[in-house]
Amino acid sequence: MITKKVYLYFPQSETERPIVYELVKQFDLVVNIFRAKVTNEESGYLSLEVTGSQENVDRAFEYLSGFDVNIHAGNSGMVWDENRCGQCGACLVHCPTGALSMVDRDIRQISFNDKACVECLACVEACPFGACSSKF
Amino acid sequence: MTKTYAEINEKIASGKAVVLTAEEVIDYVDKRGLETAAKEVDVVTTATFGPMCSSGCFLNFGHSKPKMRITEAWLNDVMAYSGIAAVDAYLGATQLRQHDPANMDFPGEFRYGGGHVIEDLVAGKQVEFRALSYGTDDYPRREICTMLDINDLNQAIMVNPRNCYQNYNVAVNCSDKRIYTYLGILRAHMRNMTYSSAGQLSPLLNDPLYETIGVGTPVWLAGARGLVYAEGTQHCSAVERSDNDVPVEGAGTLALSGNMKEMLPEFVRGLSFKGYGVSLAVGVGIPIPILNPEILKRTTVRDRDIQASVIDYSHDYPEKTGKVLAKYSYEELRSGQVELMGKKVPVTSLSSYNKALKICNLLKAEIEAGRFLLAEASQRLPLNQGMQSLDIKGATK
Repeated sequence: MITKKVYLYFPQSETERPIVYELVKQFDLVVNIFRAKVTNEESGYLSLEVTGSQENVDRAFEYLSGFDVNIHAGNSGMVWDENRCGQCGACLVHCPTGALSMVDRDIRQISFNDKACVECLACVEACPFGACSSKF
Repeated sequence: MTKTYAEINEKIASGKAVVLTAEEVIDYVDKRGLETAAKEVDVVTTATFGPMCSSGCFLNFGHSKPKMRITEAWLNDVMAYSGIAAVDAYLGATQLRQHDPANMDFPGEFRYGGGHVIEDLVAGKQVEFRALSYGTDDYPRREICTMLDINDLNQAIMVNPRNCYQNYNVAVNCSDKRIYTYLGILRAHMRNMTYSSAGQLSPLLNDPLYETIGVGTPVWLAGARGLVYAEGTQHCSAVERSDNDVPVEGAGTLALSGNMKEMLPEFVRGLSFKGYGVSLAVGVGIPIPILNPEILKRTTVRDRDIQASVIDYSHDYPEKTGKVLAKYSYEELRSGQVELMGKKVPVTSLSSYNKALKICNLLKAEIEAGRFLLAEASQRLPLNQGMQSLDIKGATK
């Protein structure tokens, strides 16, 4: 079994499709949705984690590529811009999962592990440097 | 055993100076002993990187044809003060963008302001420049709208009336609702605590009685060769100090200036504090000449020897009650958790130790390469100076 983060962008033409339903039904994937949004232009964003066999995950991605959908595999809907990060650590207490953490205590270096991120967006408002942002 | 500035500068110029960072010097003196180390070490580099609201810059735009005496000016919609000569202006770090809703819809986001314009200029980005005037015989032009970058300006001189606070408050929120401050978001019921100091790396904590850092001291200001031009605003040296003379609260400050055209974008960063406003993070490095063993001893100060005072920012800070809830050392604060009134409270910093350490090393490399010479201060910072409060009087007329 593998778990992969996926972040999808649906243009207007595809928002009517029950894609998550198909991921579960056809490919036997366990789906954990972090965030979803339909814009007022009727396009949509979906950030989720899928768990299943390597074969099913591959097949699911192939299925998705058949649509007019932008797939960002292994990528969450959150961005931590290392170059914008001021390395202060103001985010640390606000991040509930430890996705933002101090990876080297000697030089007090902060880093972001997107695998642990649940996209609660608490860091976005806590970071004065604007290092944390949402893709949608 | 004493050394002079001239002797240290000679060693720097010949590439033979022994330079240590404020972190390295601690173990070095432990190993070598104070007297021996004082002979060997010439310079200790100190630094800090964090929010410094009292920052800004003087800009000179050059004259247009026909000429204009600017009375109102905006850079990327952020107003710059132009009540000075024709094409000069002062842009402040905390100036909001025109029409920013501020805290009308609380808490405001404050995404862009003076600090961000300063960052964009240092990064070489194009900014929109708009200006208005009433027009005079010698300056007939009444408006300007154009794009410019830092290379189009004759001068872009950072002038920060208050940087490098010697020590700083630790903030906590004892109320039952979340508050938004310049020390970050503070959760209700003391669920987090924030501080803002580079601790053992910080310039004035390594020279607590201002024996070497004074007016005229050369500094590394975001990579540019700057200087201390005056005591900083709110410089208040007559405060409670520990046995090592290190203050346990705010205390001394420095007014700094430097050429923005020489600055590194990494160390000049616009900040947005949700619910509070905009600011600027500035990186500063200050070399301390090791003139004698006493000065060296000061630089060996450790996080555990520096205390900071915890203030309730939901009540005691805004109401200026002067109440201190507790004191902790920076070693305790950096551990990430302290116990306050029987409760374990997670602690984070607004000042970056990581970047401060980087600056210590950048300045060290410049001095070792003979590119940064030291100079004796022309004037010492006041040692026994207090700070007055503003007395609100009734109408005088």
